[in-house]
Amino acid sequence: MDTLDLSRWQFAITTVYHYLFVPLSVGLAYLIAVLQTIYVIKGDEKYKQLTKFWGTMFLLNFAVGVVTGIIQEFQFGMNWADYSRFVGAVFGGPLAVEALVSFFLESTFLGIWIFGWDRLPKKIHLLCIWLVAIAATLSALWILSANSFMQNPVGYEIVNGRAEMTDFFALLGNEKLWNAFPHVIYGALATGAFFMVGISAYKILRKQQVEFFKSSFTLGIIVALISSVLTATAGHSQAQYLVEKQPMKMAAAEALWETSPENAPLSIFAVIDTENKENKFNIEIPYLLSVMSYNKLSGSLTGMNELQQQSVEQYGEGDYIPPVKTTYWSFRIMVYAGVLMIVLALVGTLLMVKNKLESNKWRFFLKWLLPAVFLPYIANSAGWIMAEVGRQPWIVNGLQKTEAGVSPLVTPGTVLTSLIGFTVVYGILMAVFIYLVLNTTKKGVQDDSHEIHAKPKDKDIEFSAI
Amino acid sequence: MELEVLWFALIAILFVGFFFLEGFDFGVGMLAKFLGKNDTERRVVINTIGPFWDGNEVWLITAGGAMFAAFPNWYASLFSGFYMALFLMLLALIGRGVAFEFRSKLTSQKWRDIWDWVIFFGSLLPPLLWGVALANLMRGVPIDANQNFVGSFWDLISVYSVFAGLSMVLLFLLHGALFLSLKTTDVIKERAEKFAMRIGKWTSIVMLIFVVLSYFETDMFTGKGINPGTVPILAGLCLLSVHFFVKAGHTGWGFIMTGATIVLSTITVFICLFPNVMISSLNPDWSLTIYNTASNTYTLKVMTIVALTFVPIVIAYQCWNYWVFRKRITVKDHLDY
Repeated sequence: MDTLDLSRWQFAITTVYHYLFVPLSVGLAYLIAVLQTIYVIKGDEKYKQLTKFWGTMFLLNFAVGVVTGIIQEFQFGMNWADYSRFVGAVFGGPLAVEALVSFFLESTFLGIWIFGWDRLPKKIHLLCIWLVAIAATLSALWILSANSFMQNPVGYEIVNGRAEMTDFFALLGNEKLWNAFPHVIYGALATGAFFMVGISAYKILRKQQVEFFKSSFTLGIIVALISSVLTATAGHSQAQYLVEKQPMKMAAAEALWETSPENAPLSIFAVIDTENKENKFNIEIPYLLSVMSYNKLSGSLTGMNELQQQSVEQYGEGDYIPPVKTTYWSFRIMVYAGVLMIVLALVGTLLMVKNKLESNKWRFFLKWLLPAVFLPYIANSAGWIMAEVGRQPWIVNGLQKTEAGVSPLVTPGTVLTSLIGFTVVYGILMAVFIYLVLNTTKKGVQDDSHEIHAKPKDKDIEFSAI
Repeated sequence: MELEVLWFALIAILFVGFFFLEGFDFGVGMLAKFLGKNDTERRVVINTIGPFWDGNEVWLITAGGAMFAAFPNWYASLFSGFYMALFLMLLALIGRGVAFEFRSKLTSQKWRDIWDWVIFFGSLLPPLLWGVALANLMRGVPIDANQNFVGSFWDLISVYSVFAGLSMVLLFLLHGALFLSLKTTDVIKERAEKFAMRIGKWTSIVMLIFVVLSYFETDMFTGKGINPGTVPILAGLCLLSVHFFVKAGHTGWGFIMTGATIVLSTITVFICLFPNVMISSLNPDWSLTIYNTASNTYTLKVMTIVALTFVPIVIAYQCWNYWVFRKRITVKDHLDY
């Protein structure tokens, strides 16, 4: 493999890995803020202890998210020097603003929140976690505005062979951004909610601290339902945006080689032959793609072959079709996971409302909610893979190809070293992270009123449900 | 003032903030294992930087982002050129960051020992590598006509750059020890002060050697003559004063003086560079300057408005952070880390 391929692998691994932690940080921050708000308003100690329990989870997750985020920022310069030179005058802006405006706020107030339980007035302390949640959301906005420029470049002009910013507010008003941002934030809330639901379900199943975990289950499942439905709705408008602005990505996501008839059917399972540019086998639902794309029963979509022709006319010879199988299947995996999330959240909400969480008849369903923790992770990763792979061969849509962005003089050996190094470290961190999450779950909510501070405890204090 | 000059100064300020703040928490990280004789004491040491280290590190992230936005070609050449050094630094920062969080989550002594080593190396490597990097920025590195670094990792390693790295490590150790003397009590405080006394003169000696080497290795001598100017001389005087302040029991002043040394030395590096940002050892015409690496005027203007608005706000709430957690930490306190 050459520097280009290795750099692409490193970018993909780092980005997908980093994004395993980001949505949980954003989603859980809000859920914790809500728990603590209930505590501050009602003065109920139960909610204080729940806040601390979920806070511990949040911090474990946040730590890995932060350290991988630094790589995320530095790897543009390290591996994609020519890309950085080409777009820095536009793309660098939102990254710098993110660090200065959001990340400072998030990190500083998180530090104050962790250590400030006994040092600050209750309401000021509560404000800190809300600031963390809001700052994390703003972070997402800035990073997405940078990403949206790669998908749909706006607010720039090409001067002396590079892109230069001409309108900051155009970057912020990018239509792509306002389609992606809600989708990402709802997805993050769903990630946090399913995490909370899964772990609460586990504790309820084990009959440990049931009173506590029924409360967090209730909050989690309501947010899970609302956010998964909203994620799907926001995803729907994203798809409609793609049809218009990134038709090649949409066509690849549908494995649509030839332009569709007026009533476009939606493919739900296709065996794709990229060599002969056709599908060997395809199960389709009539009309549905038209409905998805235009909210009506008719409307055709342009196929990849025709779009390829157009691109050749516009940009010159070359292959402008992204990896079709990856784009098609990552899109399906995201959607199928999303549908499953909605169904599970709906049933879970009904059980919660009817107070059947502890009934033996429904134990099996609570057990399903444990692996359901992974569903949002699968959907998040698949969604980003679709978004970024579907953009290929471009690194900035229509402006620069990925192969032109790589660092020209970094050797394959160098990138291979860092690729192996990072991947090994990511693996170790993941193992430790999961171990600590399970360990924290097992310990459960801690009664901190008679906590022994100084010495490491031999045995974890676990007290039964009240 | 030209926008390019303003942004050069702003990036200098971000690095000043990073080295001053993360300087002591790197120092504390290096010292934790040795100044804490048992687990509780180690936890006390680590908890002194608990509420601060993450916010401190954002100064680096912001400096990186600011470089990307204001001087994309500098960012691209520096980060791709110093690839291996950055890779090592990233590994160190990863390990250190998670170690603070993970260390005390389990009670096993072995588990905690492992993370203590991670904290030690994670706090040692970044200042060492930053020293090496800054020395190379000042001395010059092989850069071709297209602003690309054509050397390898080993080109960055020389007696001069290693002395720069050592100076930084020692300075941060001293800074960290004095921070600890302000934030702890009893035996830990005493040990920190004793350590500061011992290491103070070595820091001065190594930094003096580094300064002398700078006259031979960089164009400082031809540019500035034998008199380097007020800033570096003040930096030296501040460093020399530390010993007397600590001896007289004024560790607070000692800390301010190591801080001043860090601030003034960083400013010196940037003054030496100006208006270059990376010097080409192959051909002076190929050097990167603030002018041939900068973004367009519009981008710089927008970023200036954002920076001038938010940097003061950030400084204000970070000050509040230090104010909230101004109390010393003892073995009897509740320890989160």
